[in-house]
Amino acid sequence: MKKFIIGVSILTAVLFLGSAAGSESDSFEGNVYDPGKLKPRDSALKVRVGGRAPDFSLPSVRGGRIALSDFLGKKNVVLSFVPAAWTPVCSDQWPGYNVIQDVFEAHDAVLLGITVDNIPSLFAWTSRMGKLWFPVLSDFWPHGAVSDRYGVLRSDGTSERALFVIDKKGIIRFIDVHDINKRPKLEDLVRQLDKL
Amino acid sequence: MRKLAIVAFLVFVMVPAGFPQQAKAPPAPGADFPKVVLTAPDTRSERSYLGLSGRGKFDISQIKAPVVILEILSIYCPYCQNEAPNINELYRMIEADANLRGKIVIVGLGAGNSAYEAGAFKKKYSVPFPIIPDPEFAAYGQIGEVRTPHFIGIRKTSEGDPRVFYSKTGAIGDPAEFLAKIKKAAGIKELK
Repeated sequence: MKKFIIGVSILTAVLFLGSAAGSESDSFEGNVYDPGKLKPRDSALKVRVGGRAPDFSLPSVRGGRIALSDFLGKKNVVLSFVPAAWTPVCSDQWPGYNVIQDVFEAHDAVLLGITVDNIPSLFAWTSRMGKLWFPVLSDFWPHGAVSDRYGVLRSDGTSERALFVIDKKGIIRFIDVHDINKRPKLEDLVRQLDKL
Repeated sequence: MRKLAIVAFLVFVMVPAGFPQQAKAPPAPGADFPKVVLTAPDTRSERSYLGLSGRGKFDISQIKAPVVILEILSIYCPYCQNEAPNINELYRMIEADANLRGKIVIVGLGAGNSAYEAGAFKKKYSVPFPIIPDPEFAAYGQIGEVRTPHFIGIRKTSEGDPRVFYSKTGAIGDPAEFLAKIKKAAGIKELK
């Protein structure tokens, strides 16, 4: 009986708190599609900390293609996979990285944003974010191939909200497959960059 | 046990269907500003700017100035980033006017932002006024779930109660025009 009461209380708290998921920027003027609360994680990693990061080459919204190996021996790399354009959390996660551009530079690190959306969608979406300082890459075709290679492709074809910190030798130093419903805190990433 | 089963059923059915989807609206002009508990700034200069005596918690009514411009922002919000230079200019205009300095203060509320994030935003955009972190959306939820940035003008009544005289979402536009609007709406000539 006691367990049942605790269960009901927790459920009630979770449902009520779910309504206060976050604020929406006026930049998107109500154009963000809310899919509701999603399963926090829906994939299984295929890479590990200490292992070599799989190379890839993806088209960039700015034009051309960018490969992970472009940075080998030159820069540390942070990969930021976000689930989908025009959805909550994703729409403000990347603009947040504008605030700590200097931290990336101080750690000799570049950031690559990746989603499974196509280039036109990404162009329209990121245009509403203002000027992002980092490249945004499309993992649209073959659909989610890079996300899948890293083990962050969800069963509905979107990707996880995931961060990978890769050092100059191409070794994965940190992985955060975050609860898809929540935005990773900037300071948690900065702490990992400090360790490089 | 049967009563509990009914309660559980109601929780499942009624809560998702109603309450959580209804975002609370911010207080409209003429309404009292809710008593929202905020964390005082870390630095003495910012506490001094607000007229707060020490660290710990405070609410808007404890701010010394009779008029407060509260900017509800998120450091993640592109408009808030773009708007930062304008709000900084607004701050400078107020501080440069001997008739307004100490009578109007600007306070940012970082909705969903940690202390680190609020600090990073202040550093990036050289924000001279306090930004109060609200990492769990506690104050944001109490004030009203607005799109960001949202500006609320608050003036103390003769009894010292904070009352809203302005509330609007979006960019302020030209800082001089916005300040003129705020002065008029707040009845700034009556300030002592």
